[in-house]
Amino acid sequence: MSDLALIAAISIITSGITVSFGALGPALGEGRAAAAAIAAMAQQPDAASTLSRTLFVSLAMIESTAIYCFVVSMILLFANPFWAAAQAAAG
Amino acid sequence: MQLTPDELIVFRVAGVGVNATIVNTWVVMALLVGISHAVTRKLKPDVPPSRWRTTLEVIVLGIQSQIEEITRNSARYVLYFAGTLFLFIALSNLLLVVPGFAPPTSSLSTTVALALSVFVAVPVFGIARNGPGAYLRGYLQPSVVMLPFNIISEFSRGISLAIRLYGNIMSGAVIGAVLLGVAPFFFPVVMDVLGLLTGLIQAYIFAILATVYISSATADPAPVARQEKRHE
Repeated sequence: MSDLALIAAISIITSGITVSFGALGPALGEGRAAAAAIAAMAQQPDAASTLSRTLFVSLAMIESTAIYCFVVSMILLFANPFWAAAQAAAG
Repeated sequence: MQLTPDELIVFRVAGVGVNATIVNTWVVMALLVGISHAVTRKLKPDVPPSRWRTTLEVIVLGIQSQIEEITRNSARYVLYFAGTLFLFIALSNLLLVVPGFAPPTSSLSTTVALALSVFVAVPVFGIARNGPGAYLRGYLQPSVVMLPFNIISEFSRGISLAIRLYGNIMSGAVIGAVLLGVAPFFFPVVMDVLGLLTGLIQAYIFAILATVYISSATADPAPVARQEKRHE
């Protein structure tokens, strides 16, 4: 296996693992947050506007960890620095 | 596939390429400044407000009420700073629906610049309000041991502000491009509609976080002093 093929294979596999684990954690966390917020809204419908605003903000902050993983996998797939360096070295 | 509009050179001035990010930023700035200037040009107290002026007032008062709900000492400069950030990010994210317009926020350069302005504004506002001593003492908050962690958190929240906005907007564009190859015409439109919602929420979150960081830096140092006395 040449160096380029090795770099390509490892990058593709790693980006898949990155997205899968990066989706797993935030999905569980967002589910818990949404469940807690819905339960609180059912108990106090008066506070629904404050609760839903806080829910949106916290969901976006939880989701940002998934977005970080997505950015890393996009860099691995489309803007891989090691791939560019190996290609430059290979000529 | 291009991840940012940075690579798209629109025109060249004296050999320096002006890319689509800069041009689109100018478009957003021109829209914001132009509309606001055109609406408030003939502002008189005795004339009944027109439809446009009422729209602007609703937007500004909405931002002000949101800030007042979050922070207790809501000064004017927080409104100017966070409101400007919100309006700029929200407008550039909403212009996503215009064909051929790549939102400037889908470039890491723009989001890093916005995050840097928050990163600089927090100590500036904190020092202006409480003085350099009280601001720097905030880094030693629970104890001296926490000093490196407080400095790291200062940097990491700046980085996360930039990456969060960039990742959300860029991922919308990338998923749209991928779906365009798989299932054209219908699903990309649905994802764009979702992108509008995400864009507004991200603009809201960016402004809210900037407000929270500034208000935590400009909080009254009174309880800190009392705590230190109790320890002695």
